[in-house]
Amino acid sequence: MSSENLAGESRDLVLEADVDQALKHFKASVDAWSNAAYSRPVVVAAPARRSWRLAAGWALGCALAAGSLAGIAYERQQRQEQVRVAAMKAAAQKTAQERTPVQQAVLPVVAPQRQAVAVKPAMDSARAKDEDLLASVDSDISRQVPAAMQPLADLMDSDGPQ
Amino acid sequence: MDTGVNLRRREASTKVMAAGTAVKPITAEAADEIAAQEFARIVESHRPQIFRFLLASLRDVDLAETLTQECFLKAHRNWKHFRGDSTAMTWLMRIAINLQKDYWRNRRIQFWRHTRTNAVDLDEASEWLPNGERTAEQQMLAREQVAQVWRAVEGLSERQRTVFLLRYVEERELSEIAQAVGLSEGTVKAHLSRALGRVRAELRGTK
Repeated sequence: MSSENLAGESRDLVLEADVDQALKHFKASVDAWSNAAYSRPVVVAAPARRSWRLAAGWALGCALAAGSLAGIAYERQQRQEQVRVAAMKAAAQKTAQERTPVQQAVLPVVAPQRQAVAVKPAMDSARAKDEDLLASVDSDISRQVPAAMQPLADLMDSDGPQ
Repeated sequence: MDTGVNLRRREASTKVMAAGTAVKPITAEAADEIAAQEFARIVESHRPQIFRFLLASLRDVDLAETLTQECFLKAHRNWKHFRGDSTAMTWLMRIAINLQKDYWRNRRIQFWRHTRTNAVDLDEASEWLPNGERTAEQQMLAREQVAQVWRAVEGLSERQRTVFLLRYVEERELSEIAQAVGLSEGTVKAHLSRALGRVRAELRGTK
């Protein structure tokens, strides 16, 4: 700070009459106010507004805390639910994947059984027919052959003991 | 640690012995008692001035009382560290200025906490005038001047306001003000000059 500035500021600090008067009034006013405030009786009373504000603050704080906790709990439950559903889906998918080859393996076995069950009466009837046919052929042969083979049979009987 | 209390204890002991009125040195308890009495005297003599300065700075009676209490509480806690480099009044004023700064800083940070202040408005502050033997016209003129000064003070920066109030309300010397606010005398003069310039402009209506 230069000496000229300091000199200028010092000149500024010299008070004119009106400024000096105003500052004296100002000081007197502050003194009067301060003395009155300093010597006033001190009344200590808990203002109702403060307790109301305190209660409102606590209520708001509790509500916010409860809301936050509820939100957290809800979120957690939702996540657990999602995890459970996902696990169930995965299990179901896995079961489905495991079941598909079994069915593929089981079906060829089961189908012939069913087919066999369905075909059995027909086979029985066919077998019966075959047996009847064979029986009739045998009877026919047995009826024809003895007559045709009789000379041979006779020969064998006569040459047998020899 | 060589504290102020210890220094005072030694000084008291030396004075007593030098005077030749007592041979045995004073005890620690007695020294503490002396320090407590000394502090009580300082509180009694300086409390109204600290309160007045804070009231003029804040225009809030309750807050000024609270900060005055805090100022003396802080002073009591640090009384043993006071080495007497400056006067007790300057030391107390410095504590009060720091408390006031802390208050404004906290208030700026915690703007949501106190939306309403108890600070009185300028017209109410201007109502206070001593009951002198003056005419109603003179009283009105004085009230108007006080209101103008309050308006000028309202427009000052925190530091300018502190310097202005210390000079023209507390009537402190420039060197004391410089010690209290922790600035050089030149800087204090500069702040004071700007503050007076504003007051002049307000009084003459050339703002």
